[in-house]
Amino acid sequence: MIEVKNITKIYKTGDFETVALKNVSFSVRDGEFVAIMGPSGSGKSTLMHLLGALDTPTSGEYLLDGKNVAKLSEDELADIRNEKIGFVFQQFNLLPRATVFRNVMLPLVYAGVERDKREERAKKALVSAALPEDWWQHHSNELSGGQIQRVAIARALVNNPTLILADEPTGNLDSKTGEIVLATFQRLHQEGRTIVLITHELYVAEHAERIMHIRDGEIKEDGKNHSRRIVHHPAAE
Amino acid sequence: MIISELLEEAFSAVTVNKVRSGLTVLGIIIGIGSVIAMISIGQGAQGSINASIQSIGSNLLVVSPSFQRTPGSVVSSGRGAAETLTQADSDAIASQVTQIAAIAPQINGRYQIKSRTANTNTQVVGTVSSYPQVRNVDMSLGSFISDQDVASVAKVAVLGPTTTGDLFNSTSTDPVGETIRINNINFKIIGVTKAKGGNGFSNQDDIIYIPLSTSQRYLQGGSYVASINIEAQDASSMTSVQEQVTNLLMERHRISDPNQADFSVINQADIVSAASSVTNTFTILLASIAGISLVVGGIGIMNMMLTTVTERTREIGLRKAIGAKKKDISSQFLAESVMLTFVGGVIGIILGWVISLLVTHFSGIATAISWWSVFLAVGVSAGIGMIFGYYPARRAAGLNPIEALRYE
Repeated sequence: MIEVKNITKIYKTGDFETVALKNVSFSVRDGEFVAIMGPSGSGKSTLMHLLGALDTPTSGEYLLDGKNVAKLSEDELADIRNEKIGFVFQQFNLLPRATVFRNVMLPLVYAGVERDKREERAKKALVSAALPEDWWQHHSNELSGGQIQRVAIARALVNNPTLILADEPTGNLDSKTGEIVLATFQRLHQEGRTIVLITHELYVAEHAERIMHIRDGEIKEDGKNHSRRIVHHPAAE
Repeated sequence: MIISELLEEAFSAVTVNKVRSGLTVLGIIIGIGSVIAMISIGQGAQGSINASIQSIGSNLLVVSPSFQRTPGSVVSSGRGAAETLTQADSDAIASQVTQIAAIAPQINGRYQIKSRTANTNTQVVGTVSSYPQVRNVDMSLGSFISDQDVASVAKVAVLGPTTTGDLFNSTSTDPVGETIRINNINFKIIGVTKAKGGNGFSNQDDIIYIPLSTSQRYLQGGSYVASINIEAQDASSMTSVQEQVTNLLMERHRISDPNQADFSVINQADIVSAASSVTNTFTILLASIAGISLVVGGIGIMNMMLTTVTERTREIGLRKAIGAKKKDISSQFLAESVMLTFVGGVIGIILGWVISLLVTHFSGIATAISWWSVFLAVGVSAGIGMIFGYYPARRAAGLNPIEALRYE
């Protein structure tokens, strides 16, 4: 359960103040698949950073599983990211010189999980992101863009997070591989995962069950997606 | 993160750019290698100097004549030139000073020596039977001068190996029983000493020993002695013996002011410590020069680590996004720099060892690698990794995850 209450974020550069988010409030229930949509400069990246506990708001509260994340220190935020959030970025998702398996295990390394437990959980995550076993020992720089995103999804799953936060996950992919990735998200949603997808493309946002439009730091529209696209892709099963 | 994990990560990170890591490590290798080599050369030199000082005797005190000041005159003859020490002084020391193991007065002179086939000019030492004990002389052939020889003023001689070679054209000949002429007086050879090598001051192998009484009667005249060698019972009694000898001789020579003494007592321990302080100074000098190259190597490490941190900004951002704390990031980069310097340190020790072996092989200076210098080098190199890796690691840990992820 995610609750955002009256969040404002102001960036200061010298004497200038830029208001990136103005008094934003919303909540996301467990198991929801929400797309946050907006053009560049709308404040969606700022919102993504706050939701991902990469940054703290200037004012307001952000409750993640009932815990207020807004006032935590840098290292406490690192723990929150490690335990409760799974990230899928647009690019540079994986350590290039490490194997797929090692990449997926990395959050567990920082969580201090023992080696054999780590391997067990990484295997489970790789299976649920539908990654064939013969990729596991490949180095991540040997993979294609779509494959990298699916490894990133597996890594996002490995800590069993409250929230999977995807920032333009299909931004660097062609539409066919993008569909495989979106189908993977939809399947995870059906399995009960909470997913927040940040994008500027309506086509991508339409794969979610709820769409929030953000513009000039404010939420303009928030509602159920009535024209939902459901993709079934055999590769994502 | 567990140590083994950290080392694994650090290993894969430093092996990505092998040439760069290799060149950076080279700086540390040269630094540590030269420190080790310099210390080992210095210690080896110290060891060989000490050994050669020890070869002239153990727990040795040497009494020699000092200035001779004629009352009413400001002129003083050179140190050691005076004939102030006598056989009687030596006998008095032997009978009155305690804690003495052996005593051997000696008298020196240079003479022309002739054998049947050759001739040479060398040092002739008149002494007594206890001389080999006091001055660590070993016999290779025949025997040394006996008490009987001294008592009977026998014209017998013991030759050093170099002198034997000079007089008989070969060191392997057995000259015992042959006759040589010293200052045109016939002497019968009764023994040859073992080679001792030079002690840095004189060649102890180019020498002839004859009985003290014979030297006094036929060569020098008078009952003067050039010096008195005293062997103390052990190292701890040397100071006491030195004091007793000084007091006794001052009394015998009727001198009350120690500054006016017409003799001096040289303690072997003093010579050793003087030589040690010289070699120590020069070891420190060499090691500090080598230490400069170690610092330069450390700066190389820092330079490389700073470059690495910049290059891997996005990796740092990603690691932070998935839960790495500041400590995780800084220990990762510290592990990398310590790994580089540690490997450099180990290779450097091997290099330093090889250099010191080569120095021993080609120059003959004995070298000694001590365990403490090896431990010190390993410690210092790891420490350099810590010190010069700290700033880059802290910089990496302090990066803002959002900015790091955006970094192009």
